[in-house]
Amino acid sequence: MKTPFQGRDILSILDFSKKEILQILETAEALKKKPKSDLLKGKILASCFFEPSTRTRLSFESAMLRLGGQCLGFSDSNSTSSQKGESLTDSIKVIGSYADVIVMRHPMEGSARLAAEYTTTPVINAGDGANQHPTQTLTDLLAIKQCQKTIDNLHVAIVGDLKYGRTAHSLAQALSYFKARLYFICPEYLSLPEEILEHLKRNGIKFSFHRKISDVLSKCDILYLTRLQKERLLPFEQEFGEELEKLTLPLLKEAKKNLKIFHPLPRREELDSSLDSSPHAYYFEQAEWGVCARQALLALILGKQ
Amino acid sequence: MKKERTLSVSAIKNGTVIDHIPCGSALKILKFLDFTKENVQVTIGLNLKSSKMQCKDIMKIQDRQITSQEAHQIAILAPSATVNIIHNYEVVKKIPVTLPETIESILVCPNKKCITRQEKTDSFFFVHKEGKLVFIQCKYCEKRFPQEEF
Repeated sequence: MKTPFQGRDILSILDFSKKEILQILETAEALKKKPKSDLLKGKILASCFFEPSTRTRLSFESAMLRLGGQCLGFSDSNSTSSQKGESLTDSIKVIGSYADVIVMRHPMEGSARLAAEYTTTPVINAGDGANQHPTQTLTDLLAIKQCQKTIDNLHVAIVGDLKYGRTAHSLAQALSYFKARLYFICPEYLSLPEEILEHLKRNGIKFSFHRKISDVLSKCDILYLTRLQKERLLPFEQEFGEELEKLTLPLLKEAKKNLKIFHPLPRREELDSSLDSSPHAYYFEQAEWGVCARQALLALILGKQ
Repeated sequence: MKKERTLSVSAIKNGTVIDHIPCGSALKILKFLDFTKENVQVTIGLNLKSSKMQCKDIMKIQDRQITSQEAHQIAILAPSATVNIIHNYEVVKKIPVTLPETIESILVCPNKKCITRQEKTDSFFFVHKEGKLVFIQCKYCEKRFPQEEF
């Protein structure tokens, strides 16, 4: 019998209900507790990264290999026929016939949704421009659940480039399911897109904007930092030259004991390495949970859970 | 004594009159419906005085009845417009101009980073009405735009 996840595309975090998100997290925890090294034996994952990635690509490939499956793909669009002018839709039609699941990152927004219309093979969005990054959000939720023992009713500050940071978009939307209190800390020109704010309002989520981390730190359970997405800034935005606030150890004096610092990585100046040994630092554990979250997704989509 | 009225744009015997177009939108509608392919006669009045609106545009399309689907498309650019079908100089039918729930292929996504701007594919938008405001959301890049942006 086909399960509700089997064969599904994963394009945007809002494609999931809260119940489905919780089911993915429970599956991830179960696979962490009891690894299944041949669950996806004979299955092939096509890892199609038209844009650079370290953690997302490698954690997907690690997840597939740990479940006994195999991977093929590319990590640089320069080595594909897109350099010869091949359309994304043509590429995906062909790749879909070579694999059981496609994991795709692309610089254009909406690319994963379009790709999914051109193949019957499930497509997982591993980041489409500045739009969405649903599997990072599943990773984040799983990591939040581990360090806070709950996802409900938390106070979460999301800091940095909230305009182009796709992880911030997906996370803010997902946290609306869990009645979070959200604090956004960003320069004015890097504020969240209107459609995300509209979603939060529609779902009755309390949120506010602040200029400094210290304004809200003492209330937070999670401090989620993001880097400036310099590669996506428009020319007039580059001229603003306003830097993101840097988190340093002295700032953490006001923090609650249970506060954990998250970052989707890679980090730049906004997260000082002196924080790595702080009991509040959780970003490397967060990245580690990415493998389990992606194992769960692959197992569910390929109908093995 | 009966006051003689003159029309700013000549009457048509048969065809379609699109009236009460907000000023500046008639040329957008013209571009949108692209009558250049059909060789139909179109007369346009721009910036006309109106009792209902301070200023309006009007289009008269000779010997061509626009379809309900085209009327929906006009609603995206000019929600206040009225569409009348003319036969023998008389209005024989009024086509309601109502916003559709979705808009397929006829609009270009304003987001330059949207995949529909790069690939040869039809655009697809969802129409959201919030009170008097209308927002149009791209199915692909998920960006929402106020109707005026189109």
